[in-house]
Amino acid sequence: MLGGEGKITQRWENSARNLGGLRSASPREVANAISWSRRDFLRAASGIAAGGLLSGFSPLRAANLPKGQKAVVVTFGGGTRDEETFMPDGRENIPHLLNEFIPQGTIFTQVVNRGILGHYVATASLVTGVYETFNNFAAVTPDNPTVFEYYRKQLRRPASDAWVIAPSNGFGLIGESSHSGHGTGTGAGVILPKRLLAAAMPANAVGGYDHLLRDNYESPVYAPAMGVSDEQLHQMAELLKVSVADFASHARSLRSPDELSVYVAKQLMEQLAPSLLWITLHDIDVAHAGTYSLYIDAIQRSDRLCAELWQVIEKEPEYAGKTTMFILPDFGRDSDTSSGGNGFQHHRTGDVYSRTTWMIVRGPGVRENAIVDRPVESTDLVPTLGSLFGFSPDACRGKALPEVL
Amino acid sequence: MTASATVLNVDDFRGYPPAGRALATENLVLLHQLPRPLLTLLLREIIAYDWKFPAERDEIDRQLRYLRGLNPGELAAAMSGFASLKMSPDLEQSEWIGNPARFSERLSAHLWATHQIDAFSNAAESYVAAFNTAVPEKPIAAPRLAIAVIGNEMSPTAYPLFRKLRAKGTYFPNVDRESDYKTLLATVADRAARYPIPYAHWCIHGGDGAGLPTKSVASVAYGPLTPVRRALIRTMQDGSALGPEAVRTRLAETDPAAVGLAGPDVDAVLARFSVRVLTEGAGTQIYSTTFVQWTAREALRRARPLTLLAKFAPRQTEESADEELQGSQGKPAFDLAGSLVDADMGAYYTWINQQRLSGADESIFLAWFEGHGEAVAISPLLAAGKECKDKVDVAEILRRTQSAT
Repeated sequence: MLGGEGKITQRWENSARNLGGLRSASPREVANAISWSRRDFLRAASGIAAGGLLSGFSPLRAANLPKGQKAVVVTFGGGTRDEETFMPDGRENIPHLLNEFIPQGTIFTQVVNRGILGHYVATASLVTGVYETFNNFAAVTPDNPTVFEYYRKQLRRPASDAWVIAPSNGFGLIGESSHSGHGTGTGAGVILPKRLLAAAMPANAVGGYDHLLRDNYESPVYAPAMGVSDEQLHQMAELLKVSVADFASHARSLRSPDELSVYVAKQLMEQLAPSLLWITLHDIDVAHAGTYSLYIDAIQRSDRLCAELWQVIEKEPEYAGKTTMFILPDFGRDSDTSSGGNGFQHHRTGDVYSRTTWMIVRGPGVRENAIVDRPVESTDLVPTLGSLFGFSPDACRGKALPEVL
Repeated sequence: MTASATVLNVDDFRGYPPAGRALATENLVLLHQLPRPLLTLLLREIIAYDWKFPAERDEIDRQLRYLRGLNPGELAAAMSGFASLKMSPDLEQSEWIGNPARFSERLSAHLWATHQIDAFSNAAESYVAAFNTAVPEKPIAAPRLAIAVIGNEMSPTAYPLFRKLRAKGTYFPNVDRESDYKTLLATVADRAARYPIPYAHWCIHGGDGAGLPTKSVASVAYGPLTPVRRALIRTMQDGSALGPEAVRTRLAETDPAAVGLAGPDVDAVLARFSVRVLTEGAGTQIYSTTFVQWTAREALRRARPLTLLAKFAPRQTEESADEELQGSQGKPAFDLAGSLVDADMGAYYTWINQQRLSGADESIFLAWFEGHGEAVAISPLLAAGKECKDKVDVAEILRRTQSAT
């Protein structure tokens, strides 16, 4: 099944129950309303002036791209809603995004995902720039070439220059596609920190690591990590310049899988300094358990981790002054008013709120304190990266965002 | 291939429970004429008709009455949205009469993958609006009353309790701390005696459920369902290698008897409801706050009760839940601060779900932090967004919701 979670059931219930609220508005009207609410909030919260609002303008920075351009993409797998972020009640959850990233970057307030709202397939759509339609829970490669393949093939970059750090076993094949002309060996290395941790843990030492090993939040059941051989483990340890014992020991001090992912990312940035690094955070998806407090905690943690990553970017000479960071949820979550869902808990309804999200871009040459209201699509990210680096993602359906370039 | 009408015969429904089989047989001529998407969704309800609440049976009956009352031209017009959905040959060929629930999952995946989910949703919304207009629900016997209680085990924190609900009703910051939960149980019992309608009065409890009324009241508690929860967790663990979707399908097909909910003293309808809460509600198996919120949601959605009392008790910590899922839990640890946040959101969602039912304008809602002096009441007689500093007990607040001071 694609997406799963009884989505048609929810659609049916959605129709069969509350027909009030925004139903009379068209999806586009609702999406615009979401965008304008975000904009109004941002103007009030961060003092962005009307002059900072952009609605399409000519490229400014392409000629001034720094040499050795790098990009770090952070997705919030699990999605966040405006209520808990870019609305008055949510501002306390994202102090770093609001006070550091927004004033120094450009925010797109209406990023629409028209694809399937399952985390793996949606992330695959983000990395290919095409709405992938495969089974969200299947262990398959994306059908279309990934951004990593375009990047490496067209710019002749080595394997060490593109990496993905992903949250669960299901993401193990996201680094490269099954597309002819691309595929095996031409994409990004994929690090699954939980898999590494499972292999690195001392024998009989599951206790103390449970909270880091939950594979995904779609199912509450602990899924054992897929196997990593000792050889692979030690290769990775060598790559990250951290001993297996130290890795396991440090992991024990971390609160969540996303902290583990960011720890690995930092090691990777310090040791290999890849030019294209993609990190999928996933703690927020704990919302599926219906615990609002844990969902909020995860948003606050993601906000903090983004700031920590930016600190690494600024600190590391390989990254400082030449790195563009993109932060975006893979999609949203159901609204409280959508009766087919259960509010923040899931992303089942496919309503406009669950499809409409945002993206923040920060880096050298990116306009600061700017808001872009026009609707863009999540598939626009890959061609934007293409323009940034200088490759052509020919199978991609999205369009480069001139506001970033 | 579009969704066309289907040839059916009586034998097709041999595997259905008696009441469902009779209903399908009586409506065979009509069912013949329905396009597959709507037909399978109707059959998914009919196959479970024997265990449906009266309100659900009424809804199915009203749909069938509406459809039977249409002449051929009207029926074709009413069905056009469903009939225009394109089905794949594989989907057309797959088993659907005997397992419409599983078919609807496949249909869901197909509609998402082929970008037809919005068309389906629009068709469903139009259909539901049409049948509700043509054959409306009967007027309710009394204004609905829903009460959400946050158990006194939880302690106040800096979290702004009832933040969302205060805007909807009157906030009481000086509730008598000696107010007794038993007052509310008595209120439910009293309404059950005055309006003796099956499954119209509910008590839901996140703890042991001691003292819940059983006469004429549907009572469900987290504690007594522990053996059922554990049996289902074992089912999840046994199926974890199959992936989240397969586990979900397996859970959805769980028979109450298989998890110990059978016998002459067991209410079969309520037992099936409880199993569905624990199998379909993500997180209900491990977090009592999620259990209460989802149970209240499902009770309101399905049974459409006149009275509902839901009490939140502390949930276990995330770490403790992980241990329970892995079968390594000793004594559970509780997250009191997180539980308060979850219960607050759960109370808000309970109000939202009550608002989705008929008679919403006359409905009464009370959220109370037991033993800690705070409550919010929503009623046509109480001003929204106001604060009342009177020292009152919960009985007095309830009185004020029903008659002017």
